[in-house]
Amino acid sequence: MKYSKEQTQALLQKIENSLRDHLLKNQILDPIIIGVHTGGVWIAEWIQKRMNFDGKPASLNISFYRDDFSKVGVNPKVEPTDMPVSIDDKHIILVDDVLFTGRTTRAAINEIFDFGRPLSVTLVVLVERNGKELPISADIVGEKLELANDKNIKLEGPDPLFLEIIDK
Amino acid sequence: MEPNDINLEKGELAENDIVSQKRLRHFLDIEYLSQPLLLDILDLAESFAGVSGQPVKKVPLLRGKTIVNLFFEASTRTRTTFELAAKRLSADFLNINVDFSATKKGETLLDTLRNLEAMHCDMFIVRHPLSGAAEFISKNVSQNISVINAGDGRHAHPTQAMLDIFTIRKYFKDFKKIKVAIVGDILHSRVARSLIHALRILEVPDIRVIGPKTLLPSGIERMGATPYVDMDEGIKNCNVVIMLRLQNERMDSSFIPDENEYYNLYGFTPRRQELLAKNGIIMHPGPVNRGVEISSEVADGDRSVILQQVSNGIAVRMAILSLSMQPQQDNK
Repeated sequence: MKYSKEQTQALLQKIENSLRDHLLKNQILDPIIIGVHTGGVWIAEWIQKRMNFDGKPASLNISFYRDDFSKVGVNPKVEPTDMPVSIDDKHIILVDDVLFTGRTTRAAINEIFDFGRPLSVTLVVLVERNGKELPISADIVGEKLELANDKNIKLEGPDPLFLEIIDK
Repeated sequence: MEPNDINLEKGELAENDIVSQKRLRHFLDIEYLSQPLLLDILDLAESFAGVSGQPVKKVPLLRGKTIVNLFFEASTRTRTTFELAAKRLSADFLNINVDFSATKKGETLLDTLRNLEAMHCDMFIVRHPLSGAAEFISKNVSQNISVINAGDGRHAHPTQAMLDIFTIRKYFKDFKKIKVAIVGDILHSRVARSLIHALRILEVPDIRVIGPKTLLPSGIERMGATPYVDMDEGIKNCNVVIMLRLQNERMDSSFIPDENEYYNLYGFTPRRQELLAKNGIIMHPGPVNRGVEISSEVADGDRSVILQQVSNGIAVRMAILSLSMQPQQDNK
């Protein structure tokens, strides 16, 4: 099943509004937006533009921090991580498209800490689905979904961005 | 295999070398690898290159794995860049200096291997003065151990060739449009052999080997390289020139009259830089013999990328180590 472009846009708008509230409430003026490859980077770019932050967002490729290397090996097609600014003493907005088991987020946080010591990390996802395997939850969520075990949800993009539920 | 005996027939190595798209069984030679696999290794190395720029220069990919440098021959660059590569991947790392180890006390090579296996090592990086040594070891270790060839006799030095093509790609995106010359002691050079194979697989249209007749192996044309005896003619309009050192330790008789004459005929001097293509670069796998095959002015000059080769060696070796590490065995 495909979400329409408009439905996906509405979810993006929702996380943007929640993020604005979050930044205001916590008096965060200059956060660093970091997207997780690939879908998270598209959303991070969208947020960066919408909220008029300078430059382009940082991007993480967590392939070298995965916990299943012994089973599946490393994927040679790995987009490099790009961390253009220092994250020491900064508030991080970590953006991903889907929160599922929590393992990607665990790897992303580990990688972030190899670049420095941020003041805080806020997790923003477009969709949080069932199937959590680690005690990790998102702070800002576009939509919570219950999906059958044989289904996956993924973000297609970058232009237009739309969500799609597919068979595993 | 001796250098004069060039054989392009596909051997059993090919079948054993690659387990899947995502993993290599061993990394022994470039000869039988496919172009997509070579490009995958280069792409992965590109991602690893960023790790050296991080505040914490480490990723946890090979945490809990044990890698052994098994060097039967002197080496500085290769040994240390393998060590750094393994450590940046968070592997535990052992340097076995064979000169001082049990082999000097009468233990056979196979006994040494069995002992290292019993210590639950996961990978051997082998350098040996005899051609075929790494392959021999790969056939005599247990299934869960990968072997990386870090140079065997005159035969192959595949990781050096990989870092050379990685360096070339930094300057020239399209391998199909460049002219590459390798200059010097082609006959004794495992670097030259592996590099020619890599360039051929990447479809470089013009591969030249330059040196005195005594140092050019017969049958080199069958490997896809054109021999030149005149250096000026050979390097003319080349985009990449790779200088090799004279491998005196592998020469059992005199192959050149003397080093001064060699320098006049085949040394890379500032005058010769002008013969290259406008964007031409100069490479050298090291160690550099200044005043024998290259002048200091050229080695330290604008067109030299010799030190970049060393830096690139770490990222390329990280890619090869991570692609060659075998999956966890249940019986371990």
